[in-house]
Amino acid sequence: MIAATFRRVLPQLLILGVVLLLNFAVFPGFFHIEVQNGRLFGNLIDVLNRGAPVALLSIGMTLVIATKGIDLSVGAVMAIAGAVAASVVTGGAGWFTALLAALAAGLACGLWNGMLVAFFRVQPIVATLVLMVAGRGVAQLITEGKIMTFLNEGLIHLGAGTVFGIPTPIVIWLAMGALVTLVVRRTALGMLIEAIGINETASRLAGINSRVLLVTVYLTSGFVAALAGVIVAADIKGADANNAGLWMELDAILAVVIGGNSLLGGRFSIVASLLGALIIQSVNSVILLSGMPPEFNLVIKALIIIVILVIQSPIVKQSIYLLRAKASSTVSDMPGPASRPQPAKETRS
Amino acid sequence: MKIKTALLVSAMALVPVGAWAADKTVGFSQIGSESGWRAAETTVTKEQAAERGIDLKFADAQQKQENQIKALRGFIAQGVDAILLAPVVATGWDSVLEEAKDAEIPVILLDRKVDAPDDLYMTAVTSDTVYEGEVAGQWLVDTVGEEPCRVVELQGTTGSSPAIDRKAGFEKAISDHPNIEIVRSQTGDFTRAQGKVVMESFLKAEGAENICALYAHNDDMAVGAIQAIKEAGAAPGSDILVVAIDAVPDMHLAIANGEANATVELTPNMAGPAFDILEAYWADGTEPEKWVQTESKRFTADDDNQAVYEMKKGLGY
Repeated sequence: MIAATFRRVLPQLLILGVVLLLNFAVFPGFFHIEVQNGRLFGNLIDVLNRGAPVALLSIGMTLVIATKGIDLSVGAVMAIAGAVAASVVTGGAGWFTALLAALAAGLACGLWNGMLVAFFRVQPIVATLVLMVAGRGVAQLITEGKIMTFLNEGLIHLGAGTVFGIPTPIVIWLAMGALVTLVVRRTALGMLIEAIGINETASRLAGINSRVLLVTVYLTSGFVAALAGVIVAADIKGADANNAGLWMELDAILAVVIGGNSLLGGRFSIVASLLGALIIQSVNSVILLSGMPPEFNLVIKALIIIVILVIQSPIVKQSIYLLRAKASSTVSDMPGPASRPQPAKETRS
Repeated sequence: MKIKTALLVSAMALVPVGAWAADKTVGFSQIGSESGWRAAETTVTKEQAAERGIDLKFADAQQKQENQIKALRGFIAQGVDAILLAPVVATGWDSVLEEAKDAEIPVILLDRKVDAPDDLYMTAVTSDTVYEGEVAGQWLVDTVGEEPCRVVELQGTTGSSPAIDRKAGFEKAISDHPNIEIVRSQTGDFTRAQGKVVMESFLKAEGAENICALYAHNDDMAVGAIQAIKEAGAAPGSDILVVAIDAVPDMHLAIANGEANATVELTPNMAGPAFDILEAYWADGTEPEKWVQTESKRFTADDDNQAVYEMKKGLGY
């Protein structure tokens, strides 16, 4: 399974490597990591740390997209979760209560989306658009439109603290990614989710309880979005309902797409989506380190992403495959394993 | 309303000029509450009206121009004595402003200007955003003297007018001082979170010991950046000077704690000068200038920032 996963995510690993080298090219100290004040300190750590919100979102988004759905509300759910956590700690409760309350809010949002999609059969893009628009308003109501600041050390630790010198957000997204991957891949859950995405009617006829599974994936998405929201709020010691998670749903979808997952549902790879999130963050890092005027930010980002997506497009993949097949047939008659048409055939990661 | 006014006419003759505003009705069309500053402006406007005995009719437009135009038409229909307008966009106001003019209701623009002939409104009370940048830059010039100083800049949202103006003003102030140099400039989108992220990359790319000062186009980005500076093991306020604009409560707190050095106030009290103008106009028909610039006050460690923080934190920032 490890080898299969590796083959599946090889393109993402290569792209990540190239973007990291690009970082190195604009800033030679990029790979330097040191321990400062008992915490790991360096640009590479920043990429892992700052990539945490999108990485977390992409875990839930991958599952939702695998069912042929989409969750546009995750950015707003982040704002709600941050606002809930902040209001609970400023109300005098402890950080753990605040975390639980925020996660409960995220699950409630996920339940709302899941019910609309699974039971009322509203199209996912419409169903989650409701919460995307209204959710930020809910968050603003909770914070009364201001940045709600807090000084609770426990809560701040979730965003700005460290665990054994590693920034907490990194630990959280790695643990969450590993947990969800294990749950969907060590059980039949992942396959059942893929079945829904490929043909829901057929999967239901085959005995899969598609409604419960659909609600579950939206619940997961709400849960990880709430975690991301708490991290973002804790990082700045305040819940900023106007800006927390703004447009982050788009980054999450992009991470899933860069991860090579189809928006039409079906086969998915969480590991590849997480790598997609890291690629996006590395691109952001290139822009910040390059020292280019900010007017170029979006242009550079767009160019790099277009290149990444074109490389992954079926036509380019096909021609790379043909080129390699040609090359290997001239060099030797033995086709290497890498030149098989679909190396990821048996892969589930 | 009319009977009440009639009854008061004789009493009016006896009260001092300062109380001319009493029993006047003013409509206020606010953009919405998209930022803490906006919420504070609303609070201060209501306070100012209450202090002067003005009956304020408040309309929140939820960021929509059509709501503002509806609110203005409503004010005109009610026959208010004056209208305060914080316009959400610059264009498309001509016809409704003409309606107000025909009804002889003076309109004062707050905080932003409009693209309309200036005879359609009485005056505009706004801050000079270029000047704000200059005040911040001048503070740095006065503070570092002839010492070389490498500055990193956190810009506002790319292409937004406060970002362009505050950058231009700061650059103007330091232009005659080659010892002060902006070495990195990047957008932090006016938010705390981005301010922190971008400052982290500045600190790594330049090295904390090579940065002398941070100039942020707003306080929120500065507050985020202060956290990044602390996490990098440097002392904000001493190792790296921090100067920003807006004077939000958390920035006053940071200055009081010695973690920031200076901020330039974008006052939420735009209504105060507007009411002063109206009172003068009602008293003896004084026409104001077409543009009234609000004060861009500089706050440093010399001010009692703790007190200002306590005062401001209830305003809704």
